[in-house]
Amino acid sequence: MLNCQEITRLVSEAQDRPLSLGEKLSLRTHLLMCSGCRNYEKNIASLRIASRAFTQGVHEQKKKDGMDDEK
Amino acid sequence: MKKQAVASPETSLNDGIFVEDLRSQMVRFASMQLGDVHLAGDAVQEALAGALTNAEHFGGRSALKTWVFAILKNKIADVLRHKKRLVNASSLINDDDENEDFAEHLFDQRRHWQLDERPTFWGDPEASYRQQQFWIVFEACLEGLPDKQARVFMMREFIELETDEICVATGITASNLFVLLHRARLRLQVCL
Repeated sequence: MLNCQEITRLVSEAQDRPLSLGEKLSLRTHLLMCSGCRNYEKNIASLRIASRAFTQGVHEQKKKDGMDDEK
Repeated sequence: MKKQAVASPETSLNDGIFVEDLRSQMVRFASMQLGDVHLAGDAVQEALAGALTNAEHFGGRSALKTWVFAILKNKIADVLRHKKRLVNASSLINDDDENEDFAEHLFDQRRHWQLDERPTFWGDPEASYRQQQFWIVFEACLEGLPDKQARVFMMREFIELETDEICVATGITASNLFVLLHRARLRLQVCL
């Protein structure tokens, strides 16, 4: 059984490389039982989405909302 | 740089204040990625020059800005791919001894979450982007990362380089990279 610390590592690596079947199985089993790691996995997915949005200058646009956007 | 390539008087790139503002945002972003103000300035210059020649295709400022940032991102990716010595490999490897301590207070003896460190769901990310507060915190958290973690995290998630490209550009091994990315995400998850 993997512990939470090891699971957070797998959650991260799943973003960067394909996990092995064994790793996927360990991960899924753990997530079924552990709400903390489940939330961690969702948040890490959000982190990627947020990063992509950040690079589009979205954050800078938001600061200017209501001023002059999209005439 | 080409100037006044723009016909319409309403076009944003004729607005000096808007352009200066945009430029300084871009330089800040590029400097974060490249760690070098001069390289950042060059990349921004090229991206803006490209934008000026095509400015008439863009109606709103949002669209223009998104597009200019996309060009900039490509420029940065090129620089990172081709200038290996940009990032000093040895400085990346022996990064962060203090990081084990960081994990230390997140997990208990059995390596499960400490009760008060257990992650809670952030909720719908789309909703948080609409709040300026989110981005202020996001930038602050990035700045709080140890240098090398921040560098590889931005290469991976902002510039969207593949992991093998990052390994080539930085001279670190894949497993080193995974560790750095993992630590960066762990810190950001706690910070945000």
